[in-house]
Amino acid sequence: MPIPKPDHDHDTSRQAHRDYWRRNVRLLSGLLVVWFVASYGFGILWVDWLNAVRIPGTGFPLGFWFAQQGSIYVFVALIFLYVWRMNRLDEEYGVSEEGDAS
Amino acid sequence: MSVQAWTFVIVGLTFALYIGVAVWSRAGSTRDFYVAGGGVSPLANGMATAADWMSAASFISMAGLVSFLGYDGSVYLMGWTGGYVLLALLLAPYLRKFGKYTVPDFVGDRYYSQLARVVAVVCAIFVSFTYVSGQMRGVGIVFSRFLEVPITTGVIIGMGLVFFYAVLGGMKGITYTQVAQYCVLIFAYLVPAIFISMLVAGTVIPQLGFGGTDAASGEFLLDRLNGLHDELGFAPYTSGAKSRLDVFAITAALMVGTAGLPHVIIRFFTVPRVRDARISVGWALVFIAILYTTAPAVAVFARTNLLATVAEQPYADVPEWFEKWEDTGLIAFDDVNGDGLIQYVGPAASTPNELTVDRDIMVLANPEIAGLPAWVVGLVAAGGLAAALSTAAGLLLVVSSAVSHDLLKRGLMPEITEKGELLAARVSAAVAVVVAGYLGIDPPGFVAEVVAFAFGLAASSFFPVLILGIFSRRMNREGAVAGMVVGIVFTAAYIVYFKFVNPAADTAENWWWGISPEGIGTVGMALNFAVSLTVSRFTPAPPEAVQRMVEEIRIPRGAGPPREIQA
Repeated sequence: MPIPKPDHDHDTSRQAHRDYWRRNVRLLSGLLVVWFVASYGFGILWVDWLNAVRIPGTGFPLGFWFAQQGSIYVFVALIFLYVWRMNRLDEEYGVSEEGDAS
Repeated sequence: MSVQAWTFVIVGLTFALYIGVAVWSRAGSTRDFYVAGGGVSPLANGMATAADWMSAASFISMAGLVSFLGYDGSVYLMGWTGGYVLLALLLAPYLRKFGKYTVPDFVGDRYYSQLARVVAVVCAIFVSFTYVSGQMRGVGIVFSRFLEVPITTGVIIGMGLVFFYAVLGGMKGITYTQVAQYCVLIFAYLVPAIFISMLVAGTVIPQLGFGGTDAASGEFLLDRLNGLHDELGFAPYTSGAKSRLDVFAITAALMVGTAGLPHVIIRFFTVPRVRDARISVGWALVFIAILYTTAPAVAVFARTNLLATVAEQPYADVPEWFEKWEDTGLIAFDDVNGDGLIQYVGPAASTPNELTVDRDIMVLANPEIAGLPAWVVGLVAAGGLAAALSTAAGLLLVVSSAVSHDLLKRGLMPEITEKGELLAARVSAAVAVVVAGYLGIDPPGFVAEVVAFAFGLAASSFFPVLILGIFSRRMNREGAVAGMVVGIVFTAAYIVYFKFVNPAADTAENWWWGISPEGIGTVGMALNFAVSLTVSRFTPAPPEAVQRMVEEIRIPRGAGPPREIQA
C-alpha cells in the first residue's frame, strides 16, 4: 500500500471526489442512452420502420441487422469508449491506481 | 477415420489439456481458491469470463433457437450481450474496489445485515444449482450422441473432470482451464461456421455471408429464406411473431439478469485493479461477441440447409445424419398423409406438419447436414463439452464459496481458520459436484424450465440491490430487503403460476400486459426498484460508516495490489 499523500484540506478532496463521481455518472448516462437506442430502439421498437430500408449491397433489412448484429458491435464499442474516458478522468482527478500498483 | 474415432481423439486431447492446466494451477490459499489470488490479467480474465458465461445453451442451443425463431431469436442475441455494458458501467469496477470474495459479501456488508446476507446466499445457491444441472445434462447429451455411451456414464465422466479441477484448483484452477476451454470452444464454433459460409454464401466471414447472396441461386439468402418460409406456411424469418412489448421485456430480463448473475460478477474480483475490471468486461464481451455474431449466421445457413434437404423429399432417401438423430428421438417423422414425402410446414399451411426437429440439434447436426469432414464433427462435440464444463465449474465455485465463506466464515463459524475454510470450500465444492451430477442424470421435470427463469430471478433480486448499493448513498437495509423480497416473490409467483399451477393459461391473452413468464423479471425488477426507494425514504438512513464506504468504492484509488495470504 502506498503512503497516502498528506491531505491538508479534507473537504477539498471530498469535493473533488464528488465532482469526479458526477462526471462519471454523466458519462455513463450518455453511453446508456446510446446503448438503449441501438438495442431496444433500432432493434425492437422501431424495427419495422427500419426494416423498410436495406443495407446497400446486402440482403439485410436494417432493423433486423441491428437486432442480430449491429447492437452487439455497439455494445463492444461502448465499453471500450467508457474505459478510455474513465482512465483519463481517473488521472485528471488523481484517483487512478498508478501509485497503488507500484 | 470414422466420426466416432475422431471424436474420441479430439475430446481425449482436450481433456488431457484441461487436466494439465489444472495440475499446473493448484490453489494454495483461500484467496487463490475464491479469487485466483486476485492476480489474473484482464485479457485472460476476459477469456475465462467468456467461457464461464457461454454455457451449453449458448454453444449448443442458441443458434438452433434463432434458426427456428428468426427475428424473435434476437432476444437471446441482444439479451445475453447487452448485460455486459451494464456490468462494465454500473457494477464491475465498484465491486472490484469493494474487494471481497463473493456477491453475498457485498450485500451483507453494504446493508449491514445478516438477514440480507442470508437472502443473498439463498438466491445465489438457488440460481447456480438450477443452472448447473442444465450444464451436466448438456455434457450427457454430447457424450451419448457422439461417443455412444449412456447419458449417465457421460455425466459421471464430466463430473469426474470438474471435480478434479474445481476442487483442487478453486478459482485459480477454474480460471486457467476456462481460458483453455474458451480457445477450444471458439475454434470448434468457427471452423464449421466458416466452412458452411463458404459452401452456402461463398465468403469466409459468416457475419457477412448471411447478408450475402446464395451461391446456388444468386438470390439474397435472407430473401430466399423468407420465400421458403412463406411457401411452407411459417412466419417470415426477418420479422417474427412475438409482440413487441414481450420482445422488449424478455430482452431486458436477460440483459439485467446477466448483470446480476453471481458467477459472472465474481470473475471481476480476480483482477488486480479497478481499471483492469473495467477493461476485462470489454475483453469478455469481445470474446463473447465472436460467437454471438456468428450464431445468427449459422442459424440462417442451418435453416436454409434443413429446408432444402428435407422439405418435400421422399422419406426413403433421407441422409445418414437424419437416421442417426432419429435414433436419439430428437428428430421425429410421422407420415400423416401416407405419401412417403416429408411435409415440413408451418402453422399457416393447408397440409398437416409431419416432421418435428428438436432445436438443440441444429449446431451439432449442422456439420453433418452440410456434409463437412468427420474431424469437424468431432471438434464440435469437444466444443460443446468445453462450453458445458467451463460454466459448470464457475457455478460450482459460487455454491462452494457461498457455503464456506458466506455461511461459515461470515456467519456460523467466524473463528474458523484459513486452513479450515479452505477445506470447507473443497468439501462443499465436492458435494456440489455430486448433487449437480445427480440432477443432470435424473433431472426433475422442472429443471429445464427453471434454467430459463434463473435470469428473471437474478434480475428481480440482485440487480437493483447492487445498483442502489453503489449509486444511492441513502439506500438502507430496510429498503434493500423489502425490495429483494417483493421482486423475487412477484417474479417467482408469476412464473410458478403460469408454468406449474395453471400451465393451460400460459397464453398471451392471460399474461399481464401481454408479457410472458420469460420477460416478467423486467417487471419484478421495476417493482424492486420502486419498493426499495419508497421504503428507504421512510426508514432511518444507513450508519455513517456505511455511507463512507459507498463514497470509498466510487473512487478507484486504494483498491490495492493482490495480497498473498498463505494457508
